[in-house]
Amino acid sequence: MIEFQMPNLGADMEAGTLIEWKKKPGDTVQRGDIIAEVETQKGLIEIEVFDEGTIGELLIQEGTKVPVGTIMALIHPSAAAMETKKGKATSEKPIALQPIEEKTTVLSIKASPLARRIAAENHLDLSQVKGTGENGVITKDDVDLALTTQKEQLPKVEKFPPDDAKTLAQIEAVRTAIAAAMSKSNREIPHYYLEKKLDMAKATDWLIAKNKEKSVQERLLPVVLLIKATARALTDFPELNAVWQNGLQLKNEIHIGFVVSLRNGGIIVPAIHNANIKSLDEIMAALNDIIPRARALKLRSSELSDATITVTNIGDGGADMIFGVIYPPQVAIIGFGNISEQPFAEKGMLGIRTSIFVTLAGDHRATDGLTGSRFLVALNNHLQNPEAL
Amino acid sequence: MDNSTGTITLTYREALKQGLREALQNDENVFLMGEDVGRYGGAFAVSKGLLQEFGAERIMDVPLSEAGFVGAGIGAAMAGMKPIIEVMTVNFSLLAMDQIVNNAATLLHMSGGQIHVPMVIRMGCGIGRQLAAQHSHSWEPFYAHIPGLIILSVGTHEDARGMLRAALQSPDPVLLFEYTLMLNLEKEIAVDLGFIDITKAKVLREGSAISIITYGTGVYKSLEAAAELALVGIEAEVIDLRVLRPLDERTFLESVAKTHRVLIVEDAWRSVSISSEISARIMEKAFYDLDAPVQRLCGVEVPIPYPAHLEEAAIPQKNDIVNAVKKMIHHD
Amino acid sequence: MNEEEIKQIVFQLLKKIAPDTEPSTLKPDENIRETLNIDSFDSLQFIVALNEKTGIEIPEEDYGKIATLQALTAYIKNKKP
Repeated sequence: MIEFQMPNLGADMEAGTLIEWKKKPGDTVQRGDIIAEVETQKGLIEIEVFDEGTIGELLIQEGTKVPVGTIMALIHPSAAAMETKKGKATSEKPIALQPIEEKTTVLSIKASPLARRIAAENHLDLSQVKGTGENGVITKDDVDLALTTQKEQLPKVEKFPPDDAKTLAQIEAVRTAIAAAMSKSNREIPHYYLEKKLDMAKATDWLIAKNKEKSVQERLLPVVLLIKATARALTDFPELNAVWQNGLQLKNEIHIGFVVSLRNGGIIVPAIHNANIKSLDEIMAALNDIIPRARALKLRSSELSDATITVTNIGDGGADMIFGVIYPPQVAIIGFGNISEQPFAEKGMLGIRTSIFVTLAGDHRATDGLTGSRFLVALNNHLQNPEAL
Repeated sequence: MDNSTGTITLTYREALKQGLREALQNDENVFLMGEDVGRYGGAFAVSKGLLQEFGAERIMDVPLSEAGFVGAGIGAAMAGMKPIIEVMTVNFSLLAMDQIVNNAATLLHMSGGQIHVPMVIRMGCGIGRQLAAQHSHSWEPFYAHIPGLIILSVGTHEDARGMLRAALQSPDPVLLFEYTLMLNLEKEIAVDLGFIDITKAKVLREGSAISIITYGTGVYKSLEAAAELALVGIEAEVIDLRVLRPLDERTFLESVAKTHRVLIVEDAWRSVSISSEISARIMEKAFYDLDAPVQRLCGVEVPIPYPAHLEEAAIPQKNDIVNAVKKMIHHD
Repeated sequence: MNEEEIKQIVFQLLKKIAPDTEPSTLKPDENIRETLNIDSFDSLQFIVALNEKTGIEIPEEDYGKIATLQALTAYIKNKKP
């Protein structure tokens, strides 16, 4: 029997609410099928299964909030799946189910005495605060962060009045998730930063020519080249396509987390799977699929949890450079600025070229500046040969 | 001496000696009594030359009998003198414990407030000179347990020079813990130390991230650790307790209110120690200021070993302090 | 198409892309992308949607000619008199 668990969709996720089962007992499932919809801080997520078989029992009722790792359903594996899982299935002990009731969460909050005092003085509900202290204890810093987020967030939201209370709650949830992940990153990851100015003349000329041949629907954005070049360059630098969890763990597949900004503030980072083996058209198609769904907060579990590195892109008209904050447990983030004309010195001559500033923020526990630097050089080489991308 | 800045560089031994000489010069009722303090110049050469300067009536060699000469000192104090009794090391003070606990500490109470015992007992102490288990005791917690005594820990060169004189002003018995490991250590101190207060702990380095509370040989180690931590952006406050009884709560409670985190460092064994007491008081009086549990670095609870590497491993070192603080702040 | 019809289509498509804004309050000479906070991806989505709705294909080199409401309306009117 395969246990289907509430997946972890990011460093900051503790629990999710089951909204709807998409399969019923007796249904057969394939790897990648949507089994359920779960509400998280990052919106309504479609949860995929990673096994083949027949749904045995659904253990959690719709509307129940359960912690990450809770067994939600039992799946009878197909014969093929049994073959690969042999030996493992029998030794696994059943884990007690523990649906969250509001009362029990309130009682089990671990917070330092100081954090409790400050929260009480400011009428802050500690059940809404994410703890970052030892074993997840809520500390003064967490409470302070929650209070500033509260203060900063509310007036900002008023500028773009959201449709309803639910949107407001989602914006806040996204903000809280970002705050937790980025605080963790800055606290734990020793970042190093590199910057390189790239000549984009060849790439943009090539793209303009290419887009002329295409219909409006098929047009490519420059960012597609940037994503592909990044993915290509990563194949030579596997240590940047990795996570830091009890040491460096390289990832075989290159899933690029692409930063999508939400219209009401906040960002969400869905993964473009296997970007190194996707064609430019396929990457554009992936963006067309993923960006609107990300903005509607309707992503799939694998899109939220699979990314092995992040790419952030300012887009035209914006800042020239962006220095990213790594999304834990990843070990690098690549930042592309606005494509603009820049003075470019080459062979003793000064000219004006279409350029882009690319930056890399790396986890110094995982890699050193030299690796990052070589990576940026490789990235540049790929962009100078756009036809090969 | 450098007159332009008003500072002087001297060893801990020299500082102790200057304090002793000053005390003898200032009050003719003050005298020094102890094993080998006169002709031999003191087991640690702290009183070398004082016999020639002050004469045999004020620098008295005594027989090897701690109970005897500590008792004689108590008698002299009751009779109006101001004796400085040198017990060579704290390890031998156990032989005089009955005099200290049952006479020196209790007479004021037993006499209904009529009889004071204005004596000072100086004792060499500390770990780190490969003197093995029987000669490496940290009895600060023992004596700090006893009402009626004032317990001072000489963790800095300023206090090595100034504390004795201040202690002699006390109408009640004072025990001075002097750390023999530091005797040859040179530091720069002010020529004029001004008034030395022996009722207060001292913040030796200010910081906002954590309070390191310590005494004795832990003081310089903690200051070095704090300097190293500052390089990685952690500002640690270092407090020298100085007076172990009666404890100056106010100084460390104020520090906790500022930093919200505490690490206590001492050489003495962990159980029923000074750090136990500090930790308990912080819990009682500053609980709602704490952002993390109070942590302690103490002596390992074994007889202190003879081999140098094991002896070093038995007590907190600078790196232990650095690592403990990093762990408390970064949780890794 | 008359100017009013064009505007209605433009507003409708913009609203779909930037639902939190009110495109009908755009002033004629305001930069649409800056005012409504539309990025290059949304901008392309808009051009695709406009193509599907009206059949007009705006080549990339003309992107500079459709920056304001006034310019965009004139551009469309020119292609679809």
